[in-house]
Amino acid sequence: MKRLWKALSLPLYAVITGLILGAIIMAIAKYNPWSAYGSLLMGAFGNPIAIGNTVSGAIPLMLTALGIAVAFRTGLFNIGAEGQYWVGAMAAVFIGYNFASMPWYFHIPLALIAAMVAGGLWGGVIPGLAKAWVGAHEVITTMMMSYIAILLAHYMVEKGPMMQQGFVPQSPPITSSATLPTILTNSNLSAGLYIALAAVVVVHILLFYTSFGYKLRAVGYNAFAARYSGLPVALYTVLSLGISGVLAGLAGGVQFLGVDYQLTDTFQSGYGYTAIVVALLARNNPLGIVLASIFFSALSSGSQMMQITSGVSANMTDVITGIIIFFVAADRLYAYILRTFRKKQVIAVARKEVQG
Amino acid sequence: MALLEIAGLRKVFGQVVANDHVDLTVMPGETHAILGENGAGKSTLIKMISGLYKPDAGTILFDGALRNFNNPREAIVAGIGVVHQHFMLIPALTVAENVVLGIHGGWGRYDRKTAEEQVSKLSKEVGLPLDPTRKVEDLPVGMQQRVEIVKALYRQAKLLVLDEPTAVLTPQETEDLFEVVHHLNQDGIPVIFISHKLDEVRAVAHKVTVMRAGKTVFESPVGSASAQQLAYWMVGRDIVLQTQRDVVQSGATVLSVNDLTVFDDRHTKKVDNVSFAVKEGEIFGLAGVDGNGQTELVEAITGLRKLAHGSVYLQDKDISRASVAKRIEQGIAYIPQDRQRDGLVLPFSIADNLQLREVSKAPFSKGGWLQKRAARKHAEQLVEEFDIRPRNVDLPVGDLSGGNQQKVILAREMARRPMLLVAVQPTRGLDVGAIEGIHKHLLALRSEGRSILLVSLELDEILMLSDRIGVMHAGHLVAVYNNGEVSREELGLAMTGEITAKEAGA
Ligand SMILES: Nc1ncnc2c1ncn2[C@@H]1O[C@H](COP(=O)(O)OP(=O)(O)OP(=O)(O)O)[C@@H](O)[C@H]1O
Ligand SMILES: [Mg+2]
Repeated sequence: MKRLWKALSLPLYAVITGLILGAIIMAIAKYNPWSAYGSLLMGAFGNPIAIGNTVSGAIPLMLTALGIAVAFRTGLFNIGAEGQYWVGAMAAVFIGYNFASMPWYFHIPLALIAAMVAGGLWGGVIPGLAKAWVGAHEVITTMMMSYIAILLAHYMVEKGPMMQQGFVPQSPPITSSATLPTILTNSNLSAGLYIALAAVVVVHILLFYTSFGYKLRAVGYNAFAARYSGLPVALYTVLSLGISGVLAGLAGGVQFLGVDYQLTDTFQSGYGYTAIVVALLARNNPLGIVLASIFFSALSSGSQMMQITSGVSANMTDVITGIIIFFVAADRLYAYILRTFRKKQVIAVARKEVQG
Repeated sequence: MALLEIAGLRKVFGQVVANDHVDLTVMPGETHAILGENGAGKSTLIKMISGLYKPDAGTILFDGALRNFNNPREAIVAGIGVVHQHFMLIPALTVAENVVLGIHGGWGRYDRKTAEEQVSKLSKEVGLPLDPTRKVEDLPVGMQQRVEIVKALYRQAKLLVLDEPTAVLTPQETEDLFEVVHHLNQDGIPVIFISHKLDEVRAVAHKVTVMRAGKTVFESPVGSASAQQLAYWMVGRDIVLQTQRDVVQSGATVLSVNDLTVFDDRHTKKVDNVSFAVKEGEIFGLAGVDGNGQTELVEAITGLRKLAHGSVYLQDKDISRASVAKRIEQGIAYIPQDRQRDGLVLPFSIADNLQLREVSKAPFSKGGWLQKRAARKHAEQLVEEFDIRPRNVDLPVGDLSGGNQQKVILAREMARRPMLLVAVQPTRGLDVGAIEGIHKHLLALRSEGRSILLVSLELDEILMLSDRIGVMHAGHLVAVYNNGEVSREELGLAMTGEITAKEAGA
């Protein structure tokens, strides 16, 4: 219990500091932070539909962040999840508008499997092999692959084989047999939620209850010792990045089967980047990722309401996100401040002892 | 007046009281040794002196002022130089960068040429010559320690603290280090010296303090304390470092190494056409000055390094090209030289580390599922059997004392009842009581008919345990003796290459 609190306390401080500094900035700009946060909260959780949309926005974040966390646990930094998300989306949409005659219980799984395979190959296997064979650093390769993915997506819907007939650069919409049902009327929340939650549980079990997860973590903490213990480190590098890409690809698939339905030519979800922050804030803990992704989704889903009712620009939430990132990265700073504080107490006690 | 005066220092980690009522006084120009069992609290004390840990109570008076270091930097500025048991260098940087790092504050430009000149000059002056341009990760441990010492002196240390410095040194390097310590003392700089070896303490220290279970229990000038007395204060019982080797009929050949040639990472030939065999129920000691090919030979046997030529057989199976995993499965266990780098996953618990090599097998996992209860049970048994302290198997191994970390590796490798145990410096960093225990375990394995390839830089250990002794020099196995038919002197000559190609009872 104590340990759990310790693990939670620093991320919590980061979030609180972010919100407080955000409030101070708003106050300086002569807005009322109370009402701004109030409307943010209302926008994100004020009614069932708002809640549904917030949770819906958390789904792709959750899946992508899970993937990033798996890589982190193996000591790898998958910075290209955004691209893996898009290849997943492309694959799912492609399967989704073809095969119209298929029953949904084949069509949906097929589309999602295609998304996972695409994401896994793109983000995992290619950069993983590049790292294992020639030592190319995954930060560079996953990022480059990400750019390629986004450009490829543009090509696909602007001139390529996935372009819908007509002049609008977009893909055909998926058929109803490939659509994930909405589980809350009038909101965006689809049955993708169940898939995301299942993925959280599966990843948690995989990491902490299987020998495979044990080995992933061993490689992540100390690749030397892993090698001395006979673990094929290169293989685990490929597998870890592969799983990471599978999850990011799944995020794209779920998002398009459940919410977006067709590719349009704006390929900037930002999920791949925000998910890095989610994973960091959750300290790569699958259950923490659920909370952290809902939090970030709420920041963005509530920001419109905040802008409308209290006049604070919706971009304010980006500022808050930035501050939180800073403090998550700087959590050593907190550790330091806490220590200094405790030290002052120690000195006071020591002085008393010396004096009498 | 004392330079350092510590009174009533206390430090608690969770349930463990690592330091309690610790008192220590160090006078200018003296060497003060600290003795104590594994886990007695020596390193914890040093970490408080150097600003890495905050004391929970007590005072540190240094150089005339009451000190409350917030971080290592403040301790360095005050004039305390520390070489920790596990070094704190940045492997990717050069020697000069490591020495100079952080001293000019954050904004100053790093002037490579001046830094390299200064470091080279200083290291020669103090008698620990270094090449300032080499990367630290390419240096052997002995050299890395030099970097740490030079780093401390570069920062104008008024007190030098050495936490188990000799555990990573060869006998010759130890001599050199003592020379340096004498010179420092002559310049008025006191040295705190931690070791498990009484003869070293006698050779270099003026005063000795003994720690036991977190407390300082005994202090005296070195001359007036007998070895028995010190050992008694350390462990609370008498220690006999004279283990009985009963006669074991050695049987069939277990390991045979044939015409083996191995190159290191820089493509220099490190093992040159070496052949030998180890039999059932036999301890084969491999002696030699560090760097004469022992490391590469061992890596070739355990599968971590490719052979350029020759073959390795385990029983009658050719394992020359088998993977590390395959060799482990066939019954090779391995105690590596660098415990933190190669032997342990520090953030993992004791229980998790104890299953590191066999996690995919029963009883540790079934059908891919971890069997946490089995792992715990296994761990609890080993923690008891190998006296790993504290007895809490959920503790991260990184929180254990250096000696107890070593015991975790020993327990893991020996518990597997391997056909062949390759042990490199198995008792490094262990206290006398623990060494006694490990020697017993090694001999018990031998009595069961297992084979052991023992690589050690300590002749005493080799002579005490081995049935046969091979000597390596410059990549060659220059001689093999039956233990008992060779004197220390003769071994010494062989190690320096004075005797070549002599075979005995092979
Ligand atoms: N960071 C930590 N967290 C929890 N316990 C710790 C920590 N550091 C040390 N300990 C515990 O404090 C005790 C003293 O450890 P310390 O490292 O000071 O021993 P030592 O005398 O240096 O032993 P050795 O000779 O084996 O190096 C041990 O029981 C150890 O497990
Ligand atoms: Mg220690």
